[in-house]
Amino acid sequence: MPKLTVDDLKKIKEEYKSTFTLREGGYRAKITVHMGTCGIAAGAREVMNALMDEMAKENIKDVIVTNSGCAGFCSREPMATVEMLNHAPVKYQLLNPEKIRRIFKEHVQGGKVVDEFALVAGSETSY
Amino acid sequence: MEDLSLHILDIALNSVEAGATLIEITLREDLKADLMEMEVKDNGRGMNRDVLARVADPFFTTKPKKKSFGLGIPFLKQYAEECGGSFSITSRPGAGTTLRASFKGSHIDRKPIGNLGSTMASLVGGHPEMDFKLSLEKSGNSYYKFDSAELKKELEGVPVDYPPVLAAIREEINAQAAAYALNTHPYPSREGTKGIKE
Repeated sequence: MPKLTVDDLKKIKEEYKSTFTLREGGYRAKITVHMGTCGIAAGAREVMNALMDEMAKENIKDVIVTNSGCAGFCSREPMATVEMLNHAPVKYQLLNPEKIRRIFKEHVQGGKVVDEFALVAGSETSY
Repeated sequence: MEDLSLHILDIALNSVEAGATLIEITLREDLKADLMEMEVKDNGRGMNRDVLARVADPFFTTKPKKKSFGLGIPFLKQYAEECGGSFSITSRPGAGTTLRASFKGSHIDRKPIGNLGSTMASLVGGHPEMDFKLSLEKSGNSYYKFDSAELKKELEGVPVDYPPVLAAIREEINAQAAAYALNTHPYPSREGTKGIKE
């Protein structure tokens, strides 16, 4: 077992309870970090860590962070998909900790898609 | 992959995709035999003989072809063999899978353990409904154990993927892994490599 001390656990539990929100249970966003072999080799774990740190720093509890396999665009890894409640998912490419922090701030917290890091933007054409 | 912890993350995520509910990760070091071994054991759906025979083929995968190639296991196998070690997988349909890879401890190309705390936090945080165990063993003795199921009980209702919990897991495991690696083989032997920039 981890040697997380009783004090550590107590502190975490108290902090969690003191910030228990009414929205608990109703998540408003889901962030999936793609962690196939390609993603991991390209730095996906650091992206996931940065995201977790950011959430801890901001004490965010209504966002789920998870991981999945290869998204099929290995050359564009690390990638992450942001799904906001009632909005279409957005796939972000060529990420690093700095970029995901910005996405977290602007898209997840601010509601504005960070176009410059998105895999695709704009509509289909017929030619 | 730069270090062992990234290989562990990659292999453990295969177990996640195999529908496992429990993944047990073990690092064993045998100083006398100059050997380090990693083991990832899951209770997932397992593989039949045909799949098992092709699992180390870099272009064989059971995942959708459009997306995946199946390079993770061949990478690890190649790395183990290049470090004077060995590689094996045992599996049966419905009975889970156990993967083992060993490396010569003092081999110049043996990768460091790396950020094991980060690997475990990514697994626990990404799949809080599952259980993960980590065991560090040295010369037959248990050195350190982590069990996310036990931690969940101690947390008394606080989600195990609550970010401050994940940060604590990461820090704790990294501290333990660093201490574990300190008393390890003279890793890696740098004799004759003076002047080479690390």
